[in-house]
Amino acid sequence: MTRRIAVRVAEAAASLVVFLVAWKVLTVVTGTPEYILPPPEIVGERALTAIDSGLLWEHVAATLQEVVLGLALGAATAVAVGVALGKSLLVERVLSPYIVAAQAVPVLALAPLLDLWFGGGLLARVLVCALIVFFPIAIATMVGVRSADPLLREMLRSLGATPGQVTRWLEIPSALPVIFGGLRVGVTLSVIGAVVAEWVSASVGLGVLINIADQGLFDTPLMFVALAALAVIGLGLYGLVVLVERRLLATA
Amino acid sequence: MFQQAHAGTEAADTPRQSGLGLTGVRLTGVGHAFPLPRGELTALEDVDLEVPAGSFTAIIGPNGCGKSTLLRLVAGLLMPTQGSVELPDANGAAAPRAGDGQTGLAFQQPRLMPWLSTLENVALPLTLAGAPAAERRGRAELALERVGLAEAADLRPADLSGGMAQRAGLARALITDPPILLLDEPFSALDALTREAFDDQLQRLWLELPRTVLFVTHSVSEAIRLADRVVVMSARPGSVADVLPVDLPRPRPVQSVDPAVAALDAAVRAALARSRPPELTDWTEGAA
Repeated sequence: MTRRIAVRVAEAAASLVVFLVAWKVLTVVTGTPEYILPPPEIVGERALTAIDSGLLWEHVAATLQEVVLGLALGAATAVAVGVALGKSLLVERVLSPYIVAAQAVPVLALAPLLDLWFGGGLLARVLVCALIVFFPIAIATMVGVRSADPLLREMLRSLGATPGQVTRWLEIPSALPVIFGGLRVGVTLSVIGAVVAEWVSASVGLGVLINIADQGLFDTPLMFVALAALAVIGLGLYGLVVLVERRLLATA
Repeated sequence: MFQQAHAGTEAADTPRQSGLGLTGVRLTGVGHAFPLPRGELTALEDVDLEVPAGSFTAIIGPNGCGKSTLLRLVAGLLMPTQGSVELPDANGAAAPRAGDGQTGLAFQQPRLMPWLSTLENVALPLTLAGAPAAERRGRAELALERVGLAEAADLRPADLSGGMAQRAGLARALITDPPILLLDEPFSALDALTREAFDDQLQRLWLELPRTVLFVTHSVSEAIRLADRVVVMSARPGSVADVLPVDLPRPRPVQSVDPAVAALDAAVRAALARSRPPELTDWTEGAA
């Protein structure tokens, strides 16, 4: 087990090294100026100063908070609505046009409206994340609930199970693998939502940092630092979801 | 194998307390039709059947004769589209309702929840009824012991053999001690020897605990070995073609040289042959 983990870490490290070398070679060969494509060591240096000064952490913390709260809110609502959609054709017929429409309108276009309605604070940004996360998880839950084995359904009915008990004992457990599929998609979407929301209105966050670095300072290395931080947040949360999924579904 | 400790030989000598606080099954003019996109499919027609409390009744018949539909009607999973189904006991007769605790069902497939342990699966009827954890555990352990699965309590269904899973399904049907057991080909997916052993233990279990049993099967010898009465059903739309009493001493052995058994076997097969749809008779003549 530990050996397998060591091999995994080595693989990841090797691929990171290859990526950094390719990046460096690209900057040298093309002779691209630093303010357009900074080489990796300059970005690394910039990252260290940004960490030292506490600048990076301040923005990471703000974005991370939005991403996690948005994901939690969006996922919780999505599972509840997804169960209702899955259990009742009537609910699906009535609700699904609105859900699909909300998904079809780009979140970038909805963010200013949410900002207007919810007063431009943290709540507005969390709602943007929740909105973008909602769709894939709700649809996954609905599909999962419907895929519950009809033979087990009949067995539960013969035991006098209430609709709520059928959800608790059959539908949610059956749907868990696909719900986690939706969560994996949702976690990365939540990061997108946070950045979009920060562009619309925020004074702190990685989206804000990118804007500052771009427009105010022409600090391209700092932009790269912010992008890398977003990638790390996405990867980290994705990994966390996979970990929870493995724990929870290992026995099923 | 079922546990021997609980089904020792002394069980056979214990007089059965038949008819005491038991529930029977009564079907009067029962018909059931399933709606189809065009018209309907009549699964059962004009079924009259009186199952005495505490008796073991085998139901046998060709494919699609509505045997499973009949069990679902008795379980209250389906409502008859004609006639009435009643469960008469000392206090009167009520129509069955799914989850009324009157019936325990075991199916052809064990139908276990893959994400629950064997113990949790067996305890499910109590869990749904809101029984406290300690009671659930105790009674589930007892039910598992009864079918010889005590060691498998913490295993997941995926880790059980086909026979073990089938016994777990049976334990789940037994855990609430329902007065009526409905068994829908519970051992049909098992190999012949395992099935005979399971039949043997089912017979002992039934001799120990008086219960009304409706046992659907495709096997003539299984029906004769287990049942007090064999109900032969006709092809679709299903109805009762024949009821043959089996007056043989218990416990009955796997193989018997008793000429009465051979005679019964021939009688059930003859009734089955009559009940078969005509277009199939020629095709299966050699087998019959």
